[in-house]
Amino acid sequence: MSLESLMGGPLRVVNLGLELFAEELRAEGAEVVHVDWRPPAGGNPRLARLLEGLEELDRRED
Amino acid sequence: MALRSIVLPSFYQDSVALMRVAQALRGGEGVREAAALMGTPSNHGILAQAGLASVVIEKAGPNDLILAVLADSGSIAEEALAEAQELLFRRRAPAVPGTAASPRSLDAALRLLPGANLAAISVPGPFAKREAMRALRSGLNVFLFSDNVPVEAEVELKREALARGLLCMGPDCGTAYLNGTPVGFANVVPRGRVGIVAASGTGLQAVACRLAGLGEGISHGIGVGGRDLTARVGGAMTFLVLDLLKRDPRTEIIVLISKPPEAEVLAPLERALAEMGKPAVVCCLGAKPPAKSTARWVETLEDAAQAAAALLKRAPWAPRPFSDPEDVRSRLARLQGGARLGSLLGLYTGGTLAHEAHLLLEPLLGRIPYNEERGDSPHRIVDLGDDAYTVGKPHPMLDPGARAEWVRRAGGAGEAGVLLLDLVLGKAAHADPAKALSEAVRAARADAAKGGRVLHAVASVVGTERDPQGMAGQIRRLEEAGVEVLPSNAEACRLLALLLKPGLAGRMPEEAS
Repeated sequence: MSLESLMGGPLRVVNLGLELFAEELRAEGAEVVHVDWRPPAGGNPRLARLLEGLEELDRRED
Repeated sequence: MALRSIVLPSFYQDSVALMRVAQALRGGEGVREAAALMGTPSNHGILAQAGLASVVIEKAGPNDLILAVLADSGSIAEEALAEAQELLFRRRAPAVPGTAASPRSLDAALRLLPGANLAAISVPGPFAKREAMRALRSGLNVFLFSDNVPVEAEVELKREALARGLLCMGPDCGTAYLNGTPVGFANVVPRGRVGIVAASGTGLQAVACRLAGLGEGISHGIGVGGRDLTARVGGAMTFLVLDLLKRDPRTEIIVLISKPPEAEVLAPLERALAEMGKPAVVCCLGAKPPAKSTARWVETLEDAAQAAAALLKRAPWAPRPFSDPEDVRSRLARLQGGARLGSLLGLYTGGTLAHEAHLLLEPLLGRIPYNEERGDSPHRIVDLGDDAYTVGKPHPMLDPGARAEWVRRAGGAGEAGVLLLDLVLGKAAHADPAKALSEAVRAARADAAKGGRVLHAVASVVGTERDPQGMAGQIRRLEEAGVEVLPSNAEACRLLALLLKPGLAGRMPEEAS
């Protein structure tokens, strides 16, 4: 469903990262919500990977 | 001279926002040097090198924002810091007008935008997989701009996407046109009959722009990531997109742009193309065309656009080295002037264009080291958009400063005789990239002349007149700085080869000689 709506309808976008892309998409008439994203685990990539592993375990258990 | 700095704790900003703040800081009168950076270990190194380190900032971590200014006086520096903070706080406006604050997570964003169909993700590479996976699991297609994403992560993401019938464009996907809407770095091109599947960004941009110049438009343009046709990734997204384009009534013809498919993927790719029921043009840069193919295989991005346009018009077409041989002859006569030109330095912002240049020029000039490769060669081609040059920094299409620095250095102690350049216009790209580039070329040429050397510059521009920067004005700026601007990257490469080795004329078809 989502893929068909992407190719055949208007874009409805969640933007994470460069806010510039959200600005450009809005200018094109797309509906955009920009996430005020911050790096997880205080920006420490190693801790973030561990956190990701824990989240994955948690998801599988659910 | 006074140094002032401040740390804004837990104040994460993306690289483009930081670039804008740093530029505003540097523009102030009496400001000698300034920085706006997150406190990552590598950024602490950069600050120290720039003479901006101080005890105030030494404890700042990766989520803490550092502002530092070196100015003629303490009051100028303090004023600049205050202005930068005001700019930053003003930027933090709500994502949706009328709401209190921006959502801090994908889930919160989805509550604000039910029915979302795409996640555009450009967070730093180490964090990209987590966000992309969450988006896929929430039923969103993904446009993954982030680079420095390991191939294992890519495989997992694409497996998840396929299982859910979703697109995962990227990683390192710079450009897409989805149902007429440009996403990422994209030029203003008309809609039309050509469906493009491309590895990443500039290849798609270059072909879409040339098609526009030939009076044709695109139905969809979808980036799949530079590794999609490797055995490891197995063409996961390429096959999905080909199937989409096969069923898409707007699409009359397909253009596929990629690095060469690995052997395991080539046979299924050929099968998929044969079953399209629509003509296909394949530009797999550096690939040897298979002995038998239903698709038209071409060597360059320019040829891909030309071949597609000819197929649509049902007109005969054959590749030509130069679109205007007479013009090339007169440029050569003007530029050669008996001077020894030495070596080539290619400085690219578009990865696919850099790769194409490397493939076209090595057979003509001999071995050319690429990026950080070392080798016994006077020449070098550098893709400044490569992962290695963009960690923690905006892409060079957004921030022309880093390349301008390389160009300037080539004028001083460098050995370069000819610079080979690209300029990529379009949405999300820098508002006036030709300005920084032409100023740098001017300075480099003047420096070279002081040392008794001649430095030429040859370039091509990817863009359209409808792009925000305007194609003609950008070309004019470059030409005023003495840059030779050719209609395509391939032609720029061939002109450069003839400049460095006039004897090659015999190896290019008669038109150039």
